[in-house]
Amino acid sequence: MNLTLHVWRQTGAAAAGRFERYDARDVSEHMSFLEMLDVVNGRLIEEGKDPIAFEHDCREGICGSCGMVINGRPHGPVPRVTACQLHMRSFTDGDQIWIEPWRARGFPVLKDLVVDRSAFDRVIEAGGYVSIRTGAAPDANAVPIPKRDAERAMDAAACIGCGACVAACPNGSAMLFTAAKVAHLGALPQGQPERYSRVRYMLAQHDDEGFGSCTNHGNCEAACPKGISIDCIAQLNRDAIRAALGKGTEYAGAAGGGA
Amino acid sequence: MELRAKVPSGPIQEKWDKHRFEMKLVNPANKRKYEIIVVGTGLAGASAAATLGELGYRVKVFTYHDSSRRAHSIAAQGGINAAKNYQNDGDSVFRLFYDTVKGGDFRAREANVYRLAQISLDIIDQCVAQGVPFAREYGGLLANRSFGGAQVSRTFYARGQTGQQLLLGAYQALARQVAEGTVTLYPRTEMLDVIVVEGQARGIVVRNLVTGAISAHMAHAVALGTGGYSNAFFLSTNAKACNATAIWRAYRRGAGLANPCFTQIHPTCIPQAGDYQSKLTLMSESLRNDGRIWVPARAGDARRPNDIPEGERDYYLERIYPSFGNLTPRDVASRRAKELVDKGQGVGPERNGVYLDFRDAIQRLGQQTIAERYGNLFDMYLQITGENPYEVPMRIYPAPHYTMGGLWVDYNLMSTLPGLFVIGEANFSDHGANRLGASALMQGLADGYFILPYTIGDYLAQTKFAAVPEDHVAGRSAVAEAEARTTRLLGINGTRTVDAFHRQLGRLLWEYCGMERTADGLNQALREIPRLRDAFWADVRVPGAGQDLNQELEKAGRVADFLEFAEVMCLDALRRDESCGGHFRKEHQTPDGEARRDDEQFAHAAVWEYTGDGTPPKRHVEPLTFEYVHLAQRSYK
Ligand SMILES: Cc1cc2nc3c(=O)[nH]c(=O)nc-3n(C[C@H](O)[C@H](O)[C@H](O)COP(=O)(O)OP(=O)(O)OC[C@H]3O[C@@H](n4cnc5c(N)ncnc54)[C@H](O)[C@@H]3O)c2cc1C
Ligand code: FES
Repeated sequence: MNLTLHVWRQTGAAAAGRFERYDARDVSEHMSFLEMLDVVNGRLIEEGKDPIAFEHDCREGICGSCGMVINGRPHGPVPRVTACQLHMRSFTDGDQIWIEPWRARGFPVLKDLVVDRSAFDRVIEAGGYVSIRTGAAPDANAVPIPKRDAERAMDAAACIGCGACVAACPNGSAMLFTAAKVAHLGALPQGQPERYSRVRYMLAQHDDEGFGSCTNHGNCEAACPKGISIDCIAQLNRDAIRAALGKGTEYAGAAGGGA
Repeated sequence: MELRAKVPSGPIQEKWDKHRFEMKLVNPANKRKYEIIVVGTGLAGASAAATLGELGYRVKVFTYHDSSRRAHSIAAQGGINAAKNYQNDGDSVFRLFYDTVKGGDFRAREANVYRLAQISLDIIDQCVAQGVPFAREYGGLLANRSFGGAQVSRTFYARGQTGQQLLLGAYQALARQVAEGTVTLYPRTEMLDVIVVEGQARGIVVRNLVTGAISAHMAHAVALGTGGYSNAFFLSTNAKACNATAIWRAYRRGAGLANPCFTQIHPTCIPQAGDYQSKLTLMSESLRNDGRIWVPARAGDARRPNDIPEGERDYYLERIYPSFGNLTPRDVASRRAKELVDKGQGVGPERNGVYLDFRDAIQRLGQQTIAERYGNLFDMYLQITGENPYEVPMRIYPAPHYTMGGLWVDYNLMSTLPGLFVIGEANFSDHGANRLGASALMQGLADGYFILPYTIGDYLAQTKFAAVPEDHVAGRSAVAEAEARTTRLLGINGTRTVDAFHRQLGRLLWEYCGMERTADGLNQALREIPRLRDAFWADVRVPGAGQDLNQELEKAGRVADFLEFAEVMCLDALRRDESCGGHFRKEHQTPDGEARRDDEQFAHAAVWEYTGDGTPPKRHVEPLTFEYVHLAQRSYK
């Protein structure tokens, strides 16, 4: 098939960007979307032009590196599929495809489709962990965990940190990302001691990073390639209210997270 | 180059305890005075850096990813081994040790493997305490599955995302140390060289991947957890950026490179679909628990799989290996698949695969159970191939996946370059000539959480250090060399892309140094690689500038190193004139096609020493002795 691409090109963080038009010819339906871009880039290089910068690594939908808005949707048209797992059989001959970076205050563009997502790491550093030292753990089967809780924790822990939720949100909020970690650790006995301090520190960091607030649009859940549920946000809100009422203040400082 | 393995004396069960007692400790107040560089934030690097930070050292961590959570370890699917014997099926530390030595075809150091099996118990405890959501049974206890090369169920897993969950556990432990101020992270920063001062590794040269600035970082010791080199083959199951630069540059600075020809070809990957293909996708080996592998009994049978009656299918692993069946080790399963495809019994549009069929398991257990066990893998397969594995069998074929070779390390995980430690897949590790499934995650975390933090302390406590300022002359000259190389790459301005050269190298290695190797083929490769390298330096086109985010330049540097690395890989394969594990020399096989070792001549690790450009590297050996697991022909029948 033959396609026309309109790709956001921007030389650096401070530069102004614009869409450039490229023809993608003889695209096989078995190619992945990123392989299609590889072919376009190969041609650009041979013509002496600068290839399109985009981030990717595992190409298996798990590392969370790839992230681009395709025809207005983070990761493109297929629900629950990352850009790297998207295949060209989802497009038809003659399609016009618009490709842009994540757009959000918390994710400044570095070049073309590459954005700076380091804010996510800082949200985790604020408290997205269990404070356990290496070598201090009891036997793994000492505390049985109901299968239901373990599954719930795993559902939330499946987040790949790609940032599609932020890109999809009209407020540029990272609440689904933050809530996924809060829900993961909150579902397990190991996460209980720091449950309320965690939510307080992580939320404060979230706001400091310039992410917007959550007003329940739900676009994040629809855009999430891993199907993380907005129930996580409800859980975060419940924990945040309890934290505001003073729960968990006994742990303040001990977690070591900087608010 | 002297290879002193430094294995402690005494019975194997007591070596590690004894050694831990004998190691020198760094006084807690002094730890803050030591700076340690860790390169890599995979399971090995992240767990090491977090633990060293907890102990009070000042740690700097480098990764080329935008976030330490994205290391290639994230992609591991199937699981992690531990000798917990929670299933009460006869597992023990000794059995895990035994399986690993035997699975590695007797080319690993016994003492290291035993320690690994011992530590496996602590790893699971540690991960559960961090909140890793391992799969559980209804009673709330941890669940297990089986992997190839073992007859017990000792693999712990988190759906099909075990690597992800273990890495996030380590990443979160690291995040906690960043918040505490003990660890400083340098993401989007690629290491280009090791800095050696008075015979000790004292720093690294790095390039900031956003600004392009090249600079030096100094420390008292350096640990590399930079992963494997399967991407030398271009097409592999590894993430696209995985590369050999860190270990190759360390080798050029004096670290011995061990067994580079020990590479693992994984039997269950999705076959290649076209020549634009950028990587191969693994379908976890855990699928072999429930899937049955077969090909049509008649070559050229073009019927759809579900139309081929039972009697006309060859379930060849079950037929040849009745006791291990579909769970034979990887090297054996891969070779049998290749033979059948070569004989014309391959399936799929390119006739380049074999079937992995879940029909019987779905009938027996129901679709629901299969979906619970492998749902995400089935979805991934459907997305990539457009075929639904609940209805038609998967098509699979072997692909480069893991590298057992790497920098040589002693019992303390230190290379032949003092002060340079190597952990995880980057070292020549505990897997001998073939790694068993679910043992890489175990090794990465054993090295990072439980071994390196002790042994590096012993090194620091025993060593005298000269004061080395950040602008030390050794650092300045290494920076200048790296800058010159970058300038040279950008200045060639030839006609072919970096990928074009990389693909060509990959095809060459797959042909001559892949699943089957011969002296003729390897000699051919050794003639072609230098030619390809010359062509690269004469005709590659690297667009853009050095002082910028330039992904082609990043790739070019890595491919330039692969083009040197590949030569030692082939040389090692040529000089190891025997078959063992994943290294299969066609000249050396038993009448039924199994690898035939030559223990008289090759019961050793081969370690290569760099002697300068244009002169052949020097081969050294570390003899291996087997006191606890007796040398024997492997049999999985
Ligand atoms: C698809 C797949 C599935 C797998 N499944 C399993 C499984 O189920 N069980 C199992 O036990 N094993 C599995 N393995 C193997 C296992 O995942 C790896 O061996 C292991 O994760 C390697 O960990 P590591 O920490 O050594 O390196 P990696 O995770 O590869 O990390 C390397 C790190 O080094 C950094 N780095 C490298 N070079 C440089 C440089 N020059 N400068 C800066 N940073 C650098 C990278 O950024 C990265 O952070 C699988 C492998 C693959 C490919
Ligand atoms: S490249 Fe890893 S998730 Fe897409």
